[in-house]
Amino acid sequence: MATDTRSQVVMIDLAAHQSLGSALREAVAKFADEICLIEADRERENHRLTYRQYNEMAMKLAAFLQSRGFGADSRAAIIMTNQSRWPVSAYAVFYSGGVLVPLDYKLTAPEQLSHLLHCRAEVLITEYHIWRAITQCEDFDKLPARTVIVTDAPKNAELHGAIRWEEAQSESEPAFIARARGDWACIVYSSGTGGRPKGCVMTYDNYLEQCAALTALYPFWPGVRYLSILPSNHAIDFMVGFIGPFVCGAAVVHLRTLRPEFVREAFPRFKITYVALVPLILKNLQTGLQTRFDELPPLKRAVFNLLRGINKALTRRQPNLELSRKLLKQVHEAFGGELRAIFTGGAFSDPGMLQFFYDLGIQVGNGYGLTEAGTALTLNDFKPFRADTVGKPLPGIELRIVNPDADGIGQVAARSRTLMSHYLDDPELTAETIVDGWLMTGDLGRFDSTGHLQLFGRVKNMIVTEEGKNVYPEDIESAFEGLPVKEFCVFAANYVWPERSMMGEKLIIVLHPEEGRPFDDSIRADMVARNNRLLNYKRVSGYVLWDTEFPRTASMKIKRIALAEEIRSRFEREEALKEL
Amino acid sequence: MKTIEQVTDEILTLASTHFKVERDRLSPTDDFFKSLGIDSLQALELLTRLENHFNVELPDYEVQGVSDFQTLAERIQSRL
Repeated sequence: MATDTRSQVVMIDLAAHQSLGSALREAVAKFADEICLIEADRERENHRLTYRQYNEMAMKLAAFLQSRGFGADSRAAIIMTNQSRWPVSAYAVFYSGGVLVPLDYKLTAPEQLSHLLHCRAEVLITEYHIWRAITQCEDFDKLPARTVIVTDAPKNAELHGAIRWEEAQSESEPAFIARARGDWACIVYSSGTGGRPKGCVMTYDNYLEQCAALTALYPFWPGVRYLSILPSNHAIDFMVGFIGPFVCGAAVVHLRTLRPEFVREAFPRFKITYVALVPLILKNLQTGLQTRFDELPPLKRAVFNLLRGINKALTRRQPNLELSRKLLKQVHEAFGGELRAIFTGGAFSDPGMLQFFYDLGIQVGNGYGLTEAGTALTLNDFKPFRADTVGKPLPGIELRIVNPDADGIGQVAARSRTLMSHYLDDPELTAETIVDGWLMTGDLGRFDSTGHLQLFGRVKNMIVTEEGKNVYPEDIESAFEGLPVKEFCVFAANYVWPERSMMGEKLIIVLHPEEGRPFDDSIRADMVARNNRLLNYKRVSGYVLWDTEFPRTASMKIKRIALAEEIRSRFEREEALKEL
Repeated sequence: MKTIEQVTDEILTLASTHFKVERDRLSPTDDFFKSLGIDSLQALELLTRLENHFNVELPDYEVQGVSDFQTLAERIQSRL
């Protein structure tokens, strides 16, 4: 990676700050005239804001929130698609000393309501269409939020007691509420809602430490533009699409639509420098590029392949961005000519795909992290690029392999100042997850001889989809309640039959039919119909028929580990698993 | 004003042509992810084609969580 010291020159000194509110306050003053946010909707540009304008918007909202009693430790949830008012709201919350609860706008309304109930947010800032769906939930009357602010509400819309964003403003001066490093900054949910809600309590120290480590590797400075595509509530986008660029005076571009054609156009249109993508979108970009290469006339294709080969040979040991931009000018210009790196979850990406981009001179910062550990634990350092690993631990992060087997593979454990404080209201789960200061990640890994981490699957019952979604099988069982079978249980297929891979993970359902009511087409049809009502990434793709009682605890909960072991000992995967 | 049946029929025809699936194999209540064998990004691409065809603009949130042709047709028809 090319060395760049511009960010160190201009970036604010994070060590001098105790909270995100304080760091952002210095940043908005220091970078007042720099562009901070650009928001576009298809071919239209909605607006671009300087740090001064951003600050003015946030202060009006902060004053309004404070006028309604919001202050230190008050909790405010945001459920919004990626747009400027997301970071405006977040700053207003941090400035007021509050705790931010960033929720996923892609969850269903009942799931969002369930999280709102769990975190007891007294303020909710959301978009009208999301709010409308929440008001239609069965448990809507239990909503704890006293103040609900909605954006994008049409004229004459029924607001169910919510306040329009345009009216949630006060001209009075808000008070800046100082916080300490150990205080709560955010509650971030790492799971769905049907099972056990996992609200990771993150402190200011977590974020300030993570930010310092990441910006040292991937610097931002005024003029840098980050394209925000991952949901803003996601730990990665929160850091590299908000806190990181903002404390360095860079700009963030939000698109109100994520149609692939508009995402592709955004790179040259806004001269994007960095972007974080889920593997699915990266694959889409790869397919688009490959199609264009294949369509080149034979002679041009031969020249292109030659140049790509030269670039590959010359960047084998380390990247050389300037050289790659010259050799493969058209490819880089299609991305706007300013792209420095794409970030992605390396464990869930095909190494061949990562190498495809690297050989074009487009650096893919593949890393590994989990919500409980902040943004990232490891990241590729490009010395040299390794598509088959998730990189090395970031500065300040210690990793070790617990109980390694003969191949050196065991559970990855992490210790660092970026680890969450605890799970909200769940000391038992916290104690299981953080043991003697070490976070048990539930992922299986090994360090190679050069200190790069390689991942080999999971020890926990969950999957991560190509779209970057964590899915806990327990969370989706409610969709199958009432199925005319004696009992059922949902698993990650790799949990029952471990495979040394983090990719291509699938959900399966184990069915134990009622006596005298064998599994038939009508049960199958019922199951398919229920499955189709789930969001597509939460659907089960196969089923296993089981003929004995599930092992259960005294309180009648299914002993999942024991059941998985029984299934594994009796059947091979191919033998038992039928496609749904 | 097109009827919901007309809108649904045009969606099925367009989807079958675009994703090269026989028209007869598609029905309104199908889960289009499954019957067309597409991922969520390809579904968004289909949406753009449908917008161009029907000359409407559909915000992404309108189709979030929608996975069958029938509901998709209802969302489109409500904006015609």
